[in-house]
Amino acid sequence: MESIRDKVAIVGMGCSKFGERWDQGLGDLAIESAYEAYEDAGIGPEEIQACWVGQVSAPVAGIGGTAVAEALKLHDIPIIRNENWCTTGHIALIEACIAVASGLYDTVMAIGVEKLKDTGYPGLGTGRGMSPVLEARRTAPGSFGLIAKRYFKTYGLSDSEGKEALAKIAVKNHDNGSLCPKAHFHNRVTLDKVLNAPIIAWPLGLFDCCGNSDGSACAIITRADRAKDFRPDPIYVKGYGIAMDSVLPHLRSGFDWIYFDSLLHSSTRAYEMAGIKNPREELDVAEVHDCFTITELILYENLGFSPRGKAREDIDAGFFERGGGLPVNIDGGLKCFGHPIGASGLRMSYEIYKQLQGKADLPERQVPNPRLGLAHTFGGPPQMSAVAIFGNEKG
Amino acid sequence: MPGIVSYGAYIPALRLERKLVADAWGRHSMGGERSVANHDEDSITMCVEAGENCLHMRQREEIDGLFFASTTAPYQEKMNAALIATALDLRRELVTADFGNSMRSGVASLRAALDSVNSGSTRNLLVTAADCRDGHPKSDEEQAFGDGAAAILVGDQDPVATLEGDHSVHNEMIDVWRTAGDKFVKTWETRFILDEGYSAHMKEAVSGLLKKYDLKPGDISKLILPAPAVRPHGKLTASLGFDPKAQVQDPYLSRIGFCGAAHPLMMLTAALEEARPGDLLLMAAYGDGADAMLFKATDAIGPPVNRHSVAALAEGKIMLSSYVRFLSYRGVLEAMPGEPFRLFPSATASWRERKSSLRCHASRCRRCGAMSFPVQRVCADCRAKDDYEEVRVASMTGKVFTFTRDNLGGRSDDPVIVQTVAEMENGLRFYGIMTDCEPDSVELEMPVELTFRRLYEGAGFHNYFWKLRPAKRGGIG
Repeated sequence: MESIRDKVAIVGMGCSKFGERWDQGLGDLAIESAYEAYEDAGIGPEEIQACWVGQVSAPVAGIGGTAVAEALKLHDIPIIRNENWCTTGHIALIEACIAVASGLYDTVMAIGVEKLKDTGYPGLGTGRGMSPVLEARRTAPGSFGLIAKRYFKTYGLSDSEGKEALAKIAVKNHDNGSLCPKAHFHNRVTLDKVLNAPIIAWPLGLFDCCGNSDGSACAIITRADRAKDFRPDPIYVKGYGIAMDSVLPHLRSGFDWIYFDSLLHSSTRAYEMAGIKNPREELDVAEVHDCFTITELILYENLGFSPRGKAREDIDAGFFERGGGLPVNIDGGLKCFGHPIGASGLRMSYEIYKQLQGKADLPERQVPNPRLGLAHTFGGPPQMSAVAIFGNEKG
Repeated sequence: MPGIVSYGAYIPALRLERKLVADAWGRHSMGGERSVANHDEDSITMCVEAGENCLHMRQREEIDGLFFASTTAPYQEKMNAALIATALDLRRELVTADFGNSMRSGVASLRAALDSVNSGSTRNLLVTAADCRDGHPKSDEEQAFGDGAAAILVGDQDPVATLEGDHSVHNEMIDVWRTAGDKFVKTWETRFILDEGYSAHMKEAVSGLLKKYDLKPGDISKLILPAPAVRPHGKLTASLGFDPKAQVQDPYLSRIGFCGAAHPLMMLTAALEEARPGDLLLMAAYGDGADAMLFKATDAIGPPVNRHSVAALAEGKIMLSSYVRFLSYRGVLEAMPGEPFRLFPSATASWRERKSSLRCHASRCRRCGAMSFPVQRVCADCRAKDDYEEVRVASMTGKVFTFTRDNLGGRSDDPVIVQTVAEMENGLRFYGIMTDCEPDSVELEMPVELTFRRLYEGAGFHNYFWKLRPAKRGGIG
């Protein structure tokens, strides 16, 4: 397989305010992120030759790529919509990069947009994409909650020790989100507040679960060799990995419910492509899929940030906090920035893009002198994973 | 020689204290408890339970018929017996029939099965009966009724009891009824229906049978008299001249309640579980007349061959916390909806997937031995294509591998769903919902078994699938 490393660059990005955007429709959210991206890249819509859209569901927005064509008036070009649960926005971005790398297009757009708050209920609803019979009322917190008991058991954590490790992740992400103007939530929380919050799917309490938000994020991508025509500080794509699994990973006997093949394969491929041998040491900043605190915890180990069974030690040492060895979810993550499903992969990439440019919106959020950053999404009930690695230097 | 070959009952785990009903209405309690079908149970699922109990460790290929009897069939039009037979994983070449409309339909289906095997047209026929009737809120019936099921296997080889005689009378009267579309059972004045209806005709059937075969009450080992409530049962047995202590089968009315069409067969099952060779069992059933049947236990009768005895099923229970919850489970109150369920069922998809979702078959790879539920055409371990055999999972036991108590996915009247992954035999994983459990008592490694249940409603038909449940329920397991 060929590598995409340093063939493609992002030259403009935009991200809407995330949150309960009652007065903004799907199209409004798309316009908000797309026009920020145009301005950032210094171009207009007429230069976009193709567009990849990530969108999971929008009850009033129609199907296909029409919602974006309608809002942005991107007529007469290919608009390709994909749906892969929480990896949707990420895959839109990666597919757009691949198209540019192929040489067929010079300048394309990837946009993720989701309007969750038009449904009339606060969660994603039950129904995780399987047959209605086998499905049996599965919810997102229920599906991810299954991981916790296995992790606790495997590494000898009592329920209260395990719950405290998870709570520290929530405290960190709330602290990060409080500094992020575009984030859904800005409140800081104490360990006690997290531990004593109402249970959603045991051991996951209210603050172990991410926000259900409206939002959009957008990227403009071009060939690496012409990136500097757009701006002095383009961000280069260093590598990616995508891996799917069966909707029921437990079909494989011996599946341990902690280490997911899709996570291991997608991250390994991305590291190889980017030439990264030790992600813990070489990455400067990472956005990972903290749909629930337990997800972020196992991602530290699945993505190779922490040795297996040692995530708790790194959490206790503050390794993933702002100013730590590898800051993770420095914008508040899904937990606080919010999780409009199809937009999230692009939102994470937006944060990495800004960090690598040294342009975090508030100076106290800026990671000092980063070179390499990673964005990761993990979707489904869960079994699809996407990883993208970015750098600010062309190799 | 034809006769009863096996037997097994089912009583749901849930119980409602009658005092909760009485207190809610400021009325007198009948005392004791009644059984309540969980919100994922109905007459079909209870018949599957009773059938599983009755068929425990038996060869299912030898069964060539299944009857279903109930006045509360989930489908008014559509063969309920076909679904029960499928869930019990019986072979496709099968005689099936539904019996309904009467408290005597359970006994009628048993008689039809005995006639069928006697005639030689079938060799082994499984009779299943269940009821979950609704009395009007506040009525005596609401307290007196219970939910339950029984299954009797009739066969031509090695019976444990044989039919020695019978006697029937019929009688048209409006005493207890439902017209088409009625949810709640209606009754005429109690004294009329008990004196002129129930007692008169049960007496006529029992006395008629004794006379017909020249027997006296003292010749009978067990008198099996289902009754609408405790009091008429006591009155009737006393007036017939039987010894209430030694000769009368416990009617389970105080602890379980009157389970309609299933009740005679449930009591017969309980009597057979304790019968000794040579015992004469006299069973009667009422409903616009009465049937009496006389069974004799053979030398083959011994310790029960089923999985759970009626006594154990009556013992193991989970108390329902409130009367309001009971009303909501019965669909009398419409509690606020829970989280919306986004997938709507398809009759074609359900039909296509019946081997996994109804028969509960897993696939076992012929190449590498890996097992998967539901059935996988391409092996998840070695990718062998279409090289598998189907294995029945429903009778397997397993242990909890991981779980979470999900407060979001449940019904609003039963909000906690215990999402569970269980490791079954041969490393097979089953990912499903735990039912009939106290959510806080679930733990890793806890032994579990499978149970056939009704899922949420959608598209105007019922959806059935398998769930997990603790292998131990009170005294059972």
